[in-house]
Amino acid sequence: MNGPDRDDRSERDDRGETDGGHDHELRVTKIRDGTVIDHVPGGLALTVLGVLGIDGSAGEVVSVGMNVPSDRLDRKDVLKIENRELTRDELDVLSLIAPAATINIVREYNVAGKHRVERPEQVSGVLSCPNPDCITAGNEPVVPTFDVLEEGVRCVYCGTILGAEGADLSEHADIG
Amino acid sequence: MGQHLISAKQLSRADIERVLDHAAALDRDSPTDRRSGTLLGLCFFEPSTRTRLSFEAAIKRLGGDALDMGAIEASSVTKGETLADTVRVLAGYADALVLRHPSEGAARMASEFVSVPLINAGDGAGQHPTQTLLDLYTIRENVGLDDLSIGIMGDLKYGRTVHSLSLALTNFDTTQHLISPESLRLPRGVRYDLEAAGASVQEHTDLDPVLPDLDVLYVTRIQRERFPDDAEYRAIAGEYRIDATALDDAKEGLIVMHPLPRVEEIAPDVDETPHARYFEQAKNGVAVRMALLDLALGGGGIFAERETGSLADWNEGEDSP
Ligand SMILES: [Zn+2]
Repeated sequence: MNGPDRDDRSERDDRGETDGGHDHELRVTKIRDGTVIDHVPGGLALTVLGVLGIDGSAGEVVSVGMNVPSDRLDRKDVLKIENRELTRDELDVLSLIAPAATINIVREYNVAGKHRVERPEQVSGVLSCPNPDCITAGNEPVVPTFDVLEEGVRCVYCGTILGAEGADLSEHADIG
Repeated sequence: MGQHLISAKQLSRADIERVLDHAAALDRDSPTDRRSGTLLGLCFFEPSTRTRLSFEAAIKRLGGDALDMGAIEASSVTKGETLADTVRVLAGYADALVLRHPSEGAARMASEFVSVPLINAGDGAGQHPTQTLLDLYTIRENVGLDDLSIGIMGDLKYGRTVHSLSLALTNFDTTQHLISPESLRLPRGVRYDLEAAGASVQEHTDLDPVLPDLDVLYVTRIQRERFPDDAEYRAIAGEYRIDATALDDAKEGLIVMHPLPRVEEIAPDVDETPHARYFEQAKNGVAVRMALLDLALGGGGIFAERETGSLADWNEGEDSP
């Protein structure tokens, strides 16, 4: 399963449509170790980076393809983050913004793991509640927990809803 | 078991009817010893003398006693103790706890740390379910809960009594007319629940056009601190006040309710009209709280278990990074 081109094969799943050029371009940025996040809704790559707390300041090497034509999503974004594997918490938050995303963990140019993100029914400890009057905002021994709604998430304690729009979530992501 | 009462959201129609029926029975029979020997812990982290006294009256009428834990809490809180620790300690002293706290979600969290029944008596701008039950009781006694047209007027954004009531009413065949200034409309979370419950809700900025349709007019106070300056407050709050003349176009059987205390939003001349029910409503608080406490202390749980389970269940599968 884990052939050296596995990373690129996921791109090929989407080929056969408008252009083969992006396939070539993405091969140029093929990474040795890290994570490839594919099938992010077009235009949300920067939001995803924001949620993951990646702003380049730590020197990470990140390649971003935005609005790449795709079968499944019409336009998708692709992110390649070198020397970084996503944690379960990060995947949970990612699932809220990009439910169709696929994640390839790459080690030594091989895809060591490939999965779709799964939308959990609840997320715990990955978002903070934006309501300053929420009991979770104090020093209580309680993990901020959100029910995942069709659109957005909702604090199980105070009922505040955080929108599905990435900006809302990235502002309150509390992971890593 | 459903032993805690946290939010009106947990109340099904059957739950509500169970409590209201029991309240009506207790109101008729006025028992004095059903719960003798029991102790109710009153944990009020913010002042609300009325609510506290209403619970105290209820437990004493059932033959039990109340521990006012206000002083204990005040000293612990100033020492920086968490609410979680405080309620765990207090739960050891009492057979049930009543909690009032300024933070939203406080009751939900506290209930995860105690094994005695906990009743939410208001958490910040969040929920105030016992007020809701006494509101429902008052409505049912006067005009019935089905085929009902109710107007809820005033501060719908911060008014927790309104949030709880509005959600609970979705269990019944009611049309809700929400009347408020633009800036004090229902918050998003409540709106979401109402939509999810398929509620029949209409929003208005003006009472007059809907008044003739109403069976119930529920008035709440618009508070000064919700506005940046005095002038704006006076201008807006003034539009949401009623007096006897304002009710000329109302149905004969309209009842006017208010969670009290009122300030200027209902003029004293309304008290003399056959519409006024707010004092009766306050009095009903004792019977309804008696019913809740009696069920809670009876060991069978107040309600059927639904979504107020323990948070511990959810944390089990959690991966830490
Ligand atoms: Zn919250």
